Amino acid sequence: MAITVIRAGMLTTVQDLGRRGHRAAGVPLGGAMDAMALRVVNLLVGNAEDAAALEFTLTGPELVFTADTTIAMGGGDFGAVPRWAPVSVRAGERVKFGAARTGCRGYLAVAGGLDVPLVLGGRGTYLRAALGGLEGRALRDGDELRAAAGSRQMVDRWHLDERMLPSYSAAPTVRIVRGAQAGAFNGTLTTIGFKVTSKSDRMGVRLAGPAVVRRDAGELVSATVAPGTVQVPPDGQPIVLMADAQTIGGYPQIAHVISVDLPLVAQLKPGDTLRFREVTLEAAHQLILDRARALALLREGLSQKMR
Amino acid sequence: MTLTPLGDSAVVVALGSGLDETGLRRVRALAATLERDRPAGVVDVVPAFASVTVFYDVAQVGGYERLCREIATRTERVETADLRREARVIVIPVCYGGEGGADLADVAAQAGLSSEEVVALHAGGDYLVQAIGFAPGFAYLGGLPAKIHTPRRPAPRTVVPAGTVGIGGAQTGVYPLMTPGGWNLIGRTPLRLFDGGRHEPALLRAGDRVTFRAINAEEFAAWR
Repeated sequence: MAITVIRAGMLTTVQDLGRRGHRAAGVPLGGAMDAMALRVVNLLVGNAEDAAALEFTLTGPELVFTADTTIAMGGGDFGAVPRWAPVSVRAGERVKFGAARTGCRGYLAVAGGLDVPLVLGGRGTYLRAALGGLEGRALRDGDELRAAAGSRQMVDRWHLDERMLPSYSAAPTVRIVRGAQAGAFNGTLTTIGFKVTSKSDRMGVRLAGPAVVRRDAGELVSATVAPGTVQVPPDGQPIVLMADAQTIGGYPQIAHVISVDLPLVAQLKPGDTLRFREVTLEAAHQLILDRARALALLREGLSQKMR
Repeated sequence: MTLTPLGDSAVVVALGSGLDETGLRRVRALAATLERDRPAGVVDVVPAFASVTVFYDVAQVGGYERLCREIATRTERVETADLRREARVIVIPVCYGGEGGADLADVAAQAGLSSEEVVALHAGGDYLVQAIGFAPGFAYLGGLPAKIHTPRRPAPRTVVPAGTVGIGGAQTGVYPLMTPGGWNLIGRTPLRLFDGGRHEPALLRAGDRVTFRAINAEEFAAWR
């Protein structure tokens, strides 16, 4: 089955759940910015959670499917098809996504998963090193993508319980745990709100607000960072590192966004706002376990509705 | 040794040792031990600057406290055999100056040396890979002779070709990918520091020793 890209949209890339085991070589995790949305849409079309799918940014693509198949759309609302549900498309059908009405990033899974080569254990696109995805780059008008043979079809009417999804919002409260240098700052991140700036990308969401001032200005040795790490450069404007973040960073780490709330940050567009709230590491771990359980229940529920 | 959480999916094992050869040897040995004998649920092990960061999947580790105990046990056990293992020595050929090293004369002027003296100092140095990061395959190298420490350029270049060798403050290194960059460019190597198609994509690993060897333009061209 092939997918012809009529219009590529603003920044549309093939993504999965990232590359593990290559950070020692400086290769970022990468993968979907909103990993939860990618997992759910994959499950909805009968794929493994980590299958390769499309990630759109702010403006979606226009696609033609060359054979009958099932797709599922999630994350931001880009119109064209209902979100969070399997949708049958016919051979030759044209699906035209528009601008994001809510959220920033859309995820489109196709039954069977997108068939691109496995590079360093991942199929996702890492633009900076031109690695993975379709020739290591964003989609262009006229590209052709292939999907592996889809096996399973929904046989029954079925609806996703949306309470399992992250509480997407254009002004979310995002939970954090303390960073190694949290004590080196006057005040915390949690007393003020921040605005998302247009300099945000897959490496980091850059925030603007009253400067977060560091009390001691001593030099720091660069240290390991991860998606979710909140770094504060000397200008006091925090950066939330995201999927394509470098593996080592030199700025002080005031906090880390907890894993289950990273999708909320991934869906913010320039001009949106957020606030932070601190939780304990134990609470963050429990939330990951709760979400894993919800995904397991979804997987099980769907397996009974598919053949 | 201290264990500090890095968010809810990683923990940093700080070894409290310096960035000298002995310290790096301990980092390398601990990373090797954790790779070979991974506690359950560990998904990635990253050596960097007197520390090793362990990424984990909390659903697989059987409790965070247990993971920390398992890491601590392995850290105490890293001593003898692993520590004796010698570092690899990687020789990086560099064509100094010319098109690939547009700032060589600047570096020389700032140091009050001739270009030849800068090359002799740079190629005569003995460097240690303190960490790989910042960009895929990028090595933080310690050991740049103090005489040729040079502040970063006031305005970064928008494009620095892959393989360019630069000096930024007290650091030297090779740009593995074509990127913007603010370092002083002194030469270029024909080696590929990063190649996603290789089984081990980065040429260098934390803990390696590096030396630079001057080659001329013909040798550089013949390498390709």
